[in-house]
Amino acid sequence: MARQGAARKTEAAERDVARERSAAGVRLGIVSALAVNDSLSFNQLKALLKTTDGNLSVHARRLEEASYVTCTKSFEGRIPKTEYRLTGAGRRALEHYLDHMEALIRVTRQG
Amino acid sequence: MPSMTAPRPLHDRALDNLRYIRQTMERAGSFTAVPGWGQVAVGATALVAALLAARQPTPELWLATWLGEAVVALGIGGATMVRKAFAVNDPLLSGPGRRAGLSFLPPMVVGGLLTVALFRAGLWHALPGTWLLLYGTGFVTGGAFSVRIVPVMGVCFMTVGAVALLGPAAWGNWLMAAGFGGLHIVFGTIIARRYGG
Repeated sequence: MARQGAARKTEAAERDVARERSAAGVRLGIVSALAVNDSLSFNQLKALLKTTDGNLSVHARRLEEASYVTCTKSFEGRIPKTEYRLTGAGRRALEHYLDHMEALIRVTRQG
Repeated sequence: MPSMTAPRPLHDRALDNLRYIRQTMERAGSFTAVPGWGQVAVGATALVAALLAARQPTPELWLATWLGEAVVALGIGGATMVRKAFAVNDPLLSGPGRRAGLSFLPPMVVGGLLTVALFRAGLWHALPGTWLLLYGTGFVTGGAFSVRIVPVMGVCFMTVGAVALLGPAAWGNWLMAAGFGGLHIVFGTIIARRYGG
């Protein structure tokens, strides 16, 4: 009984880790894509990252709250258009992240 | 009981993350409407042009043959690029497509001007090397906004161009066949297979 409970907890923890990794992937994807474009629309990002409306919307909002991206809503004719841009803080955060990953690889290779 | 797998080393995850960032940037920032099969067709017409040009008795007719080929190649390349751009939903006049086009254009304009100047000066033997070098330069500069194979193709054109410019004049026409014919066919096939047509 206790063993089953522990197994369920492990499974749940693994699911949480997987979900967090996937979420981080979407956010990393948004920032990376915007780093090589002046701006990208919601639909362009959705097609590029092969994700759903809801998923993209949630993660883009998180990045907006962190001031890493800005979001502009407008109309093209009668069709609403949402455009995202990377901010200076977002670009610096990506550079910092890349430096960190490279340092990690360097250190583990040396070790 | 579920099987427990060992956690992946940090090093592997860091590499995965870097790879993911690079791939996302490539997909997001690359002009992918480079027409592979169009290039194969251009290569085939260039081989025919090389055979025809080799039989021309005067430099004027030799030049006219290659200029005719340039017009045919422009038509095939342009039409197949527009077709592929629509197929892969890659806009030609904005983003990476625009940047690639604007980077490709200056060497082509310089090539046109040098063609007039060199031919007037009677240096038509220098034309194959000049054309190949500038065409390759266009792919290297424009290719910075496209898939990685495009600048590699540009470097190959520049290499053949350098040989044509510095080698014996008699090689010129056949190096044009190797470059505009052979390289287009080889790289066009690779692009078509890897990047969807």
